[in-house]
Amino acid sequence: MDRPFAITLDVGTSRANHTGSWRIERPVYVDRLPPCNDACPAGENIQGWLYHAESGDYESAWRTLVQENPLPAVMGRVCFHPCETACNRVHVDEAVGINAVERFLGDTAIERGWSLPAPGPDTGHTVLVVGAGPAGLSAAYHLRRLGHAVRLVDSSPRLGGMLRYGIPAYRLPRAVLDAEIDRILALGVEVVTSHPVLDIEAEQRACGADAVFLAVGAQLGKRVHIPAGDSTKVVDAVSFLHQVADDDPPLLGRRVVVYGGGDTAMDAARTARRLGATDAVIVYRRNRDKMPAHPEEVEQALGEGVKVRWLSTIDRFEGGRLVLERMRLTPDGLPEPTGEYDELDADALVLALGQDTDLSLLEGAGAVSVSNGVVEVGLQMMTTQPGIFAGGDVAPSDRTATVAIGHGKHAARGIDAYLRGETPASPERHDLASFDRLNTWYYADAPRTQRPELELVRRQTNFEEVVRGLTEDNALFEARRCLSCGNCFECDNCFGVCPDNAVIKLGPGERYAFNYDFCKGCGICASECPCGAIEMVPERI
Amino acid sequence: MSETRVHFYQVGSFAVGNRLLSAGERTVQSDRRRTNSIDSGHRACQGCGEALGARYALDAAMRVTSGQLVAVNATGCLEVFSTPFPETSWQIPWLHSLFGNAPAVATGVAAAMRVKGRDQVRVVGQAGDGGTVDIGFGTLSGMFERNDDVLFICYDNEGYMNTGVQRSAATPPAARTATTDAVGPEPGNPFGQGKDLPRIAMAHGIPYVATATVADLHDLERKVERAMSFHGARYLHVFVPCPLGWGAASNDTIHLARLAKETGIFPVYEAEYGEVTGVTKIRRPAPVTDYLRLQRRYAHLFGHPGRPDVVARLQAMADANIARYGLLATEEDE
Amino acid sequence: MLQQIEGSHAIAESVARCRPEVVCAYPISPQTHIIEAIGAMVKEGTLAPCEFINVESEFAAMSVSIGASAAGARAYTATASQGLLFMIEAVYNAAGLGLPIVMTLANRAIGAPINIWNDHSDAMAVRDSGWIQLFAETNQEAADLHVQAFRLAEDLSVPVMVCMDGFILTHAVEGVDLLDQEQVDRFLPPYEPRQVLDPEDPASIGAMVGPEAFEEVRYLAHLRQLDALDRIPEIAAEFAEMFGRDSGGLVRPYRLADADTVIVAMGSVLGTIKDAVDERREAGERIGVLGITSFRPFPLEAVRQALGARERVIVVEKAFSLGMGGVLATDVAMAIGTTTLHTVVAGLGGRPITRVALLDMVDRARAGALEPLSFLDLDEGVIARERARMATVRRSGPFAENVLRDLGRPREDQA
Repeated sequence: MDRPFAITLDVGTSRANHTGSWRIERPVYVDRLPPCNDACPAGENIQGWLYHAESGDYESAWRTLVQENPLPAVMGRVCFHPCETACNRVHVDEAVGINAVERFLGDTAIERGWSLPAPGPDTGHTVLVVGAGPAGLSAAYHLRRLGHAVRLVDSSPRLGGMLRYGIPAYRLPRAVLDAEIDRILALGVEVVTSHPVLDIEAEQRACGADAVFLAVGAQLGKRVHIPAGDSTKVVDAVSFLHQVADDDPPLLGRRVVVYGGGDTAMDAARTARRLGATDAVIVYRRNRDKMPAHPEEVEQALGEGVKVRWLSTIDRFEGGRLVLERMRLTPDGLPEPTGEYDELDADALVLALGQDTDLSLLEGAGAVSVSNGVVEVGLQMMTTQPGIFAGGDVAPSDRTATVAIGHGKHAARGIDAYLRGETPASPERHDLASFDRLNTWYYADAPRTQRPELELVRRQTNFEEVVRGLTEDNALFEARRCLSCGNCFECDNCFGVCPDNAVIKLGPGERYAFNYDFCKGCGICASECPCGAIEMVPERI
Repeated sequence: MSETRVHFYQVGSFAVGNRLLSAGERTVQSDRRRTNSIDSGHRACQGCGEALGARYALDAAMRVTSGQLVAVNATGCLEVFSTPFPETSWQIPWLHSLFGNAPAVATGVAAAMRVKGRDQVRVVGQAGDGGTVDIGFGTLSGMFERNDDVLFICYDNEGYMNTGVQRSAATPPAARTATTDAVGPEPGNPFGQGKDLPRIAMAHGIPYVATATVADLHDLERKVERAMSFHGARYLHVFVPCPLGWGAASNDTIHLARLAKETGIFPVYEAEYGEVTGVTKIRRPAPVTDYLRLQRRYAHLFGHPGRPDVVARLQAMADANIARYGLLATEEDE
Repeated sequence: MLQQIEGSHAIAESVARCRPEVVCAYPISPQTHIIEAIGAMVKEGTLAPCEFINVESEFAAMSVSIGASAAGARAYTATASQGLLFMIEAVYNAAGLGLPIVMTLANRAIGAPINIWNDHSDAMAVRDSGWIQLFAETNQEAADLHVQAFRLAEDLSVPVMVCMDGFILTHAVEGVDLLDQEQVDRFLPPYEPRQVLDPEDPASIGAMVGPEAFEEVRYLAHLRQLDALDRIPEIAAEFAEMFGRDSGGLVRPYRLADADTVIVAMGSVLGTIKDAVDERREAGERIGVLGITSFRPFPLEAVRQALGARERVIVVEKAFSLGMGGVLATDVAMAIGTTTLHTVVAGLGGRPITRVALLDMVDRARAGALEPLSFLDLDEGVIARERARMATVRRSGPFAENVLRDLGRPREDQA
């Protein structure tokens, strides 16, 4: 229809008016580093795999997860999850139960028989991995994916290192550990067990490896001198747990005292309870605030009837009786003796005072620099001797399985670069998606799903797993608590809130784009983006 | 261990879309095929709440009527910024007549559609607060009283913004406008004045009255949908912050609308045939100062010495709203 | 069919046969009988389909008409006086939007002082609005003009106002030959809007137009008025051919041949004037009448042809522009140039215009005693006394009150 002049206007005509020229700031989509990813020693893309889990696509979630960590079912049980400590959701209600979802994914993968990605094309290189703990297993997995042949040797008869010999079965069922190790081995790893390596260079020469990853861990329990009578029984926790793992538990009696305040002390005390000790008492020289063991481990130990003597040191052990000296804390938080003493009946004393490394195998490798009992490593975990890499507890870092897995991955990438004669590139690091960048109003309120715990009675008497997994519904629920910090999760907010229709929705998985012809730069999209994935940057005028 | 149904969706239904929601649970605005009733290229200020509110409401009405919609617009910002010759932003049939007559013009359009046997074509009248509570009040009340088949939408930005931020009967107490300056013993707009138009609309006994804000799209769209399920006169009062007139940052438009609701300053509810039938509860309670401090029109209330007495009166008004409408969530609401 | 009928009812019947689809009005004397009758027809179903809407004000009445017309319905309303002024913003708007609304204006004075009787002040107040304004001399013409008005409005997309004198016509019962439905249908095709609000073909109607195009928009509206100068006589001619009756047109000459003196007027007063002129023609005086039917558009050429080279022209009009003088006369003066022109303001607020007074006026004009602007039957005494009071008392109060007080007081010269 012909329109009357000027008074009546045809649709679509305003698109000739490019209001983008008004803009002094422009919105830009960004990906920021979620704090969970930032905190993960294994370098997992947690937000990335939760994204898939949120939609119930557990296989994609698991496949994203194992890009970085081949042991999710294991780590979903034993990791102390610094990711959750860092999680921005703590400022809203409670951290997302990342670890529980990880375990759910790991268990689901085992249950459904999902296999790890196939090995990469053969490079013709062979790498010797010494030590089949988490660092060695991680390195073996990543090396296979990079196409290198792997010879994995371990002094013990079975693989897993401290995962098997240090962590009690009630925390990590052996079937789970075996399943995840077997899946790595299925990628084609040459395994040599019960094979202590005494000289690293000789070992390398003997097998013709092009590079070495040293991950023998810290297997020596620290001892202190405690005056003790002949009839007293004193063992170190590492050996104690190792023996239990080998189904050869030592007889400790009914009253067991554990000396130390770390997670190993908790494991030892709880294991002692399971072996029949009526009294399992931890003696620790400082108070609970200062205790290095993870709070939930302490909580569980106390829940199982383990007792703790705080602010106490052991003076001597004689005739079934321990003499404890009371301590007090200085204003700096350090313990100092009081000169006051208590007594405690005990049939055995377990020392859980930390572990040392045994690096005697490096004696022939003079170029590997060792200090303070650990191996010096540089970028990508290479020691001072080219071609020899080290990680896990032998490298200077926190001694956790998660750190070890990260070391294994980094070392594999470092070895790969070394074998190719390349300098490893450090990946681009995004700005941190800190809490102040989020608009948390949009997130639904929800409490964290607690992993149900076995009834106390049951867990005091056997080695059944204490913490059970999430049901699928709960795992999905927990995954959906993720705030997706710093990474677009396609909530359509920007698309909806733009007063100028200047956001183009590109479709599922494709996110959005700005139409700068019309964007006036008001910044509502950036303010209303729940996850902080839009940044306003000054327009160059 | 009991199994719980998964009902929680990360951003639940608070965000516009969310890939985890079923298509039916997403908003009209999340749809790539939404009408964009008011299209790009309009000349609204940066961060205009009214432009946003109009698109939200009309797109929802377009979906509910399968595109059989005509809009009648009063004079004001929305009209001026959308249709300066030779460009219009409207993608739907749209008519502007005068400042004070949009409800009556809408009545005429509805009558024409009925007499032409085109009952499926529904009519929306729309105006700012000036065109609704002041100059258009007579025709609006007449339209209500006759129960004409019109949904009238007021985009309330609490003043005459198009003419340079003068006071209207929707301007809140203490707010500075160009005609209620922040000077003298009672700075800003006086207390004890103004019209509560949603309640006046309810007093007409019309089928549906609702308030909404641009901060809660799901609520707004649901109300448009509900409104369109009735025939007869319906009224929707949408709270739309004005960055220019309020002296607020352009990126705070939705934030301010949210705070207006969460503080109790703007009660969000709906009513049918004169009785309140639903209240949108406050989710994260906030003091009125959170809302006031973001706006330069209230700047005279803060600083030194400031006017804590006036702030307290505004807080009391918000508290009265909370009590009157029962805006705080109770255990059963959780 | 010729019948004795009240003017308002005749209009209602005529309008109904034009099949209006939306009728909307607010009551004001002397328009009420028209809309009451139409309302009854809609309610009883004899006028259908039609929406009859009782609104809360004239402003709403015109606004509803605007909406209805823009949505493609044939829209009708009626008002008078204050009502017209109350809707004036919408009156301008309807014309600006080019909406072919037809409105009956039952001409009535404007207050204060409030006055319900007839003059033309209301129509004059909207002469620049862009509406076509047609003045009916009789109820027959008023009835016929409504039928022509819809045709004209819809042909040109311009609103048309049919002006008929309040009470004098609206409430007068006289013989009117009303067209039947078949005749009206033959003359008036269904409304085909030039633009319409349609979801299938969306457009924005009522844009804001700035300096870059406003003048052109206004000029185009003026051109439509000029087009009407052609269409009005064409439609009247078609009407006459179809129904054998002269109604409408631009001007209505009466006994103009050889007249040296012509009285110009609009509306029902033409009847009285014609009686007076007939009387003088009987006496051999060369005098005639020119009735103006189309006040807007103003037929400058037709008036020039009718009045050119007369010795004197007397414009009798029921309205005037305060501080200036005749409104119609100003337009006539523009048409005729140098001819001696007298404006006689008469019949304001319903004051009778008598044959005697008209004849006296003619005599004074012939004697050179008629001022360029004069007021028929003005009470000079009241005026003189009020002027004296205003000259001496600073706060003299409203004239109207004082004049009423003055008129009620026994005059000193009569005492």
